Amino acid sequence: MLNPTCSVTLVADGDTYTAFPLSNAVLAGLRPLTAQQFGYDKIAGSGVEIAAGRVTGIDPQARTARLGDGRSIPYDRLVIAPGIDVKFDAIKGYGEAAAEVMPHAWTNGAQVALLAKQLEAMPEDGVVVISAPVAPLRCPLGPYERASMMALFLKARKPKAKLIVLDSKDSFILQKQFEAAWAELYPGLIEWIGLSQGGNLTEVDVANKTLITDFESYKADVANVIPPQRAAEITSTAGVADRTGWCPVDPITFESQLVPNIHVIGDAAIAGAMPKAASAASAEGKICAAAIAELLQGKTPQPRELGSSCYSLIAPDFALAIGDKYRPTDGQFMEVEGNATSTPADATAAQHAQEAKSADAWFAATTRETFG
Amino acid sequence: MAKPLINVPAKAKRGEVIEIKTLISHVMETGFRHSNIGEFLPRDIITQLVCHYNGEEIFRADLFPAIAANPFITFHTVATESGMLTFEWTGDNGFSATGQANIAVVD
Ligand SMILES: Cc1cc2nc3c(=O)[nH]c(=O)nc-3n(C[C@H](O)[C@H](O)[C@H](O)COP(=O)(O)OP(=O)(O)OC[C@H]3O[C@@H](n4cnc5c(N)ncnc54)[C@H](O)[C@@H]3O)c2cc1C
Repeated sequence: MLNPTCSVTLVADGDTYTAFPLSNAVLAGLRPLTAQQFGYDKIAGSGVEIAAGRVTGIDPQARTARLGDGRSIPYDRLVIAPGIDVKFDAIKGYGEAAAEVMPHAWTNGAQVALLAKQLEAMPEDGVVVISAPVAPLRCPLGPYERASMMALFLKARKPKAKLIVLDSKDSFILQKQFEAAWAELYPGLIEWIGLSQGGNLTEVDVANKTLITDFESYKADVANVIPPQRAAEITSTAGVADRTGWCPVDPITFESQLVPNIHVIGDAAIAGAMPKAASAASAEGKICAAAIAELLQGKTPQPRELGSSCYSLIAPDFALAIGDKYRPTDGQFMEVEGNATSTPADATAAQHAQEAKSADAWFAATTRETFG
Repeated sequence: MAKPLINVPAKAKRGEVIEIKTLISHVMETGFRHSNIGEFLPRDIITQLVCHYNGEEIFRADLFPAIAANPFITFHTVATESGMLTFEWTGDNGFSATGQANIAVVD
């Protein structure tokens, strides 16, 4: 422990956590969903008190967090890492009920299981449509990794099927690499329609399983609607989200710029150039913990550098990777020049296979470090 | 160049206000840039969109470098009679593109 005199309480919603990195592989049948799920027992064993429940209210003056069952937990420092909410109201016709027909599969395990089940059940010559949202989104590579994993499944199991990606953006990260890999592994299977080809989803017709853009309608057998996103609800309750829907923080301590003594880490925070990724969230957690330990001892936390790396599986032995380092500069996380790495567009099969191994190793190490 | 995208409702009631959407892709050069060897890069943008409804001009827009490379323009008109809407984009270096859409107006 960084500071053995503090006591730490973890409020955990439910008894398992579903990790999203590698979750797209569940859709291809490469991993069971249970391989993504982790309990809190070992964390409890390390001296952290676990309070099961949801935080429903925060009183920044009294410095208490209230749980759904009425319990109230006092704090000196509160850290929130609640992740994201999909904006159900951003797409006409979409909503919580619609997500049971057209899953987003972006925030919980049940949605991933539903999408996997739909793929399994679709006709051999069916059409899958994925809609990818505007930035900022959780896991910028995620929609394209998902397209790749679905293509792997379709190629093996539904060889006459087609996959359309409707995108609200004109380009995406590692696009050249993805497109080269798709041409090599899944020729003719994936059609990507960007913003200026009319790919921006504006409406869904749930009854007819149809996705409607500004210019076309796409009838789907399986529709995976990934809506635009914002920091999860509790950040509004706490008053730490600004008009963008995300939470501005101090990059040295991750303390909210809006409410003192509340720290925001992970996808919910505005972390400058850093992507909304588990690797970044995990690094932020460590920095935030170190800063809080220092603050409680009356010390001044110093800026710390942190790294992020993201992997994207295209096939079992084929992955793309991207990584960078970041440092607080003028109140924001900025890239540390010269550290950006990514799988080159002309990478060899051996390099792709190595990235796939690294992805597995990264996932195993990060989840072991977090959950024991 | 990709075909311009046009969305006009296929059917409308007479007198109804209808929404028209257009999107055209174009490799834009703002006219404010120099190449890596310092040469001035001349402006290359779409400068105008004009729409006619059964021959009558109903919409005209002049476009400037601060507008998106791929202009997405939405406007409204009143559905008066069945017929055709034609669209013409023009721009620098003799750029020109056209498109059309039919509408059926019912009472
Ligand atoms: C398909 C997909 C693929 C991805 N792949 C990768 C990858 O390869 N690499 C990578 O680095 N990242 C990846 N990510 C991104 C990664 O999952 C997120 O960046 C990461 O989970 C962010 O962590 P977080 O703690 O901010 O949020 P979360 O992991 O969502 O955790 C938030 C937790 O807080 C809980 N919670 C929310 N509100 C409350 C409340 N009021 N009270 C109590 N608990 C609450 C939630 O239930 C949840 O358990 C992927 C994401 C997706 C969707």
